[in-house]
Amino acid sequence: MPLITYREALNQALAEELERDPNVILMGEEVGQFHGAYKISEGLLDRFGPKRVIDTPISEAGFVGLGVGAAMLGIRPVIELMFWSFYSVAFDQILNNAANLRYMSGGLVNVPIVIRGPANGGTGVGATHSHTPENILASHPGVKVVCPATAYDAKGLLKSAIRDNDPVMFLENTILYNDKGEVPAGDYLVPLGLADVKRAGTDLTIIAHGRAVINSLKAAQFLEAEHDVSVEVVDLRSIRPLDEETILASVRKTNRALLVEENKPFCGVGAQVAYLIQDQAFDHLDAPVKRLSAIDAPAIYSPPLEKEQLPSPQRIVEAVLKML
Amino acid sequence: MSKPTSATLNPKAAPPAAAPSRAGLAPVNARLTNAERLGLFRLMMRIRRFEERCLRAYQQGRIAGFLHLYIGQEAVAVGCCSVMQPDDHVITAYRDHGHAIAVGMNPNELMAELYGKASGCSKGKGGSMHFFDPARHFWGGHGIVGGQVPLGAGIAFALKYKGVKGACLTFMGDGAVNQGAVHETYNLAALWSLPVVFVIENNGYSMGTSLRRSSAGPGLAKRAEGYGMAWDLCDGHNLYEVREKTDKMLQLAREKSQPAVLEVMTYRYRGHSVADPDSTYRTKEEIENYRRTKDPLTLVHEALVAEGVLTEDLAKEIDMAARAEAERAAQFAEASPFPASEDVLKDIYWEEDNPTQKQSRGRIFFH
Ligand SMILES: Cc1ncc(C[n+]2csc(CCOP(=O)(O)OP(=O)(O)O)c2C)c(N)n1
Ligand SMILES: [Mg+2]
Repeated sequence: MPLITYREALNQALAEELERDPNVILMGEEVGQFHGAYKISEGLLDRFGPKRVIDTPISEAGFVGLGVGAAMLGIRPVIELMFWSFYSVAFDQILNNAANLRYMSGGLVNVPIVIRGPANGGTGVGATHSHTPENILASHPGVKVVCPATAYDAKGLLKSAIRDNDPVMFLENTILYNDKGEVPAGDYLVPLGLADVKRAGTDLTIIAHGRAVINSLKAAQFLEAEHDVSVEVVDLRSIRPLDEETILASVRKTNRALLVEENKPFCGVGAQVAYLIQDQAFDHLDAPVKRLSAIDAPAIYSPPLEKEQLPSPQRIVEAVLKML
Repeated sequence: MSKPTSATLNPKAAPPAAAPSRAGLAPVNARLTNAERLGLFRLMMRIRRFEERCLRAYQQGRIAGFLHLYIGQEAVAVGCCSVMQPDDHVITAYRDHGHAIAVGMNPNELMAELYGKASGCSKGKGGSMHFFDPARHFWGGHGIVGGQVPLGAGIAFALKYKGVKGACLTFMGDGAVNQGAVHETYNLAALWSLPVVFVIENNGYSMGTSLRRSSAGPGLAKRAEGYGMAWDLCDGHNLYEVREKTDKMLQLAREKSQPAVLEVMTYRYRGHSVADPDSTYRTKEEIENYRRTKDPLTLVHEALVAEGVLTEDLAKEIDMAARAEAERAAQFAEASPFPASEDVLKDIYWEEDNPTQKQSRGRIFFH
């Protein structure tokens, strides 16, 4: 299988879906002539033309809302947010309109829109540009929320997201854009709502999403080599729908769960998963469920501290060792 | 010649609109058959009586939440929607009963929606502010002030993208024009030449805030100039004028794919919602003055009598039929069941409601 970057995987997914379905369009700031602020849409304007790959002014509420309106009629807009952090100025369009329209119309309307872009800290851009809103988005019934960790998942999930009939929030990570992985050249789908056991283990389960999966895998490798500890790593991939079965099956097997995320802890994804585990697998637990998240402060700028604010492989290793 | 300003359309400044004679009518009005003229009058009467019945139901505790009545503004929705063509679409805010009836929605389903019944147009899940009927190209019913405006441009975008010669009538209130999303949308619509007509229903107030206390500048529609869009003002008490000016702008949108803003001067007789005691921000005399001199139903009535199309007997008959229809709607709503408890969890995700069509393409509007 070809080895390509997470960025190229996203680019392939977009190109293949634009090719497959004439109702698919890509819209956002700098997606066309500039090839995307992070070059995800490289070459797409040349290939598909300005009718399909559309540069917008800096008006997130305007073009997200416009995408929602077009989606009601069956267009499948993929809206790029240069940073997911900018969703706040389009909050109403995403979480009042896209999320609620199907429900409020008694199922008469559906909104097949994808909103995608990077949502991560750790790049020295300060608090305004480092939001990770997957928990906030996922608390709105009506939307789906996806956070791919690998190139393979990025491509397969994006294609599924574009074909889905409901609004899908697709959260990428700039730090992963250059990570390489094996990705099939042609068409394949990774279903939404399906977690993936990225590494099998017996002593403890780490449940993570996004880049926290990559750091958890590094920690698991170290724990195996240096401490003879066997860690299973479950990658949620989708935050909503949440694959409860895979989470519970793993915890019932290892009897210990550590929840790792780069999101803030307060009302974070881990809080939801912790509740699920205590509710459904309480009798299987040999230790309290633990969480490791970003340190609960706005994203700090200062580079060494910013690094510390997010869960590093080292912090994950320490957390695991304390639980055994 | 300079355009009229909002002030010249103020009823205190202008004489009561005279019944237009057939001879002076624009083609879009002159070509109306007698039956069509009566149809428009009947539609306005049906909206008025439906809403009066809603008010009673609300006072009887049958309707929850907000009830924003359209009474006084009927000529706007009826005038605008009556010049729509089969490929045109419409979207509006929460004061949506008039538009829903004007596009042909069934009053039974509307009343049932207000009652929160399963037989409502949105299965009792949307309420007064959230009516939808995609089959009639009616895309809601939106509760957030200004929030529907980008959606209207998106509908227009979709039409243009698919090469359909239609346009989207996008209604908003005079309060909505101060929302950022509206200005973002104006810019996008003009930048991309979208076939959308923005209709500002200027009833003089956003809740209890008068236009003067909410909006800077020389006029609401005139703001379109900043975006290079066409604009016009319109007397919203005059059905023929609403039709004529809307038709002109819809043609511009359909034929030349040019957006435009139409500011329609109108007035609501009731409070902002039924919960509004309506005593702090305007005078009884002002309301009375509008009722006496500008009531759109009275004006159309008079015009059609003058045209020899309507008789007093026929008017009475139309009125009685409208009252009976509203009463039937209330009875239908009353008799309908509430949604079942398990319905709370339906209509959230397509896939969950259509488990056998996981990879289906959803409901595609264009065929
Ligand atoms: C974003 C937002 N802010 C405030 C409200 C509360 N609100 C509902 S209607 C309204 C007044 C709007 O007036 P206008 O746009 O003139 O419409 P009208 O009620 O006159 O039809 C307000 C403040 C809301 N629904 N949404
Ligand atoms: Mg108003």
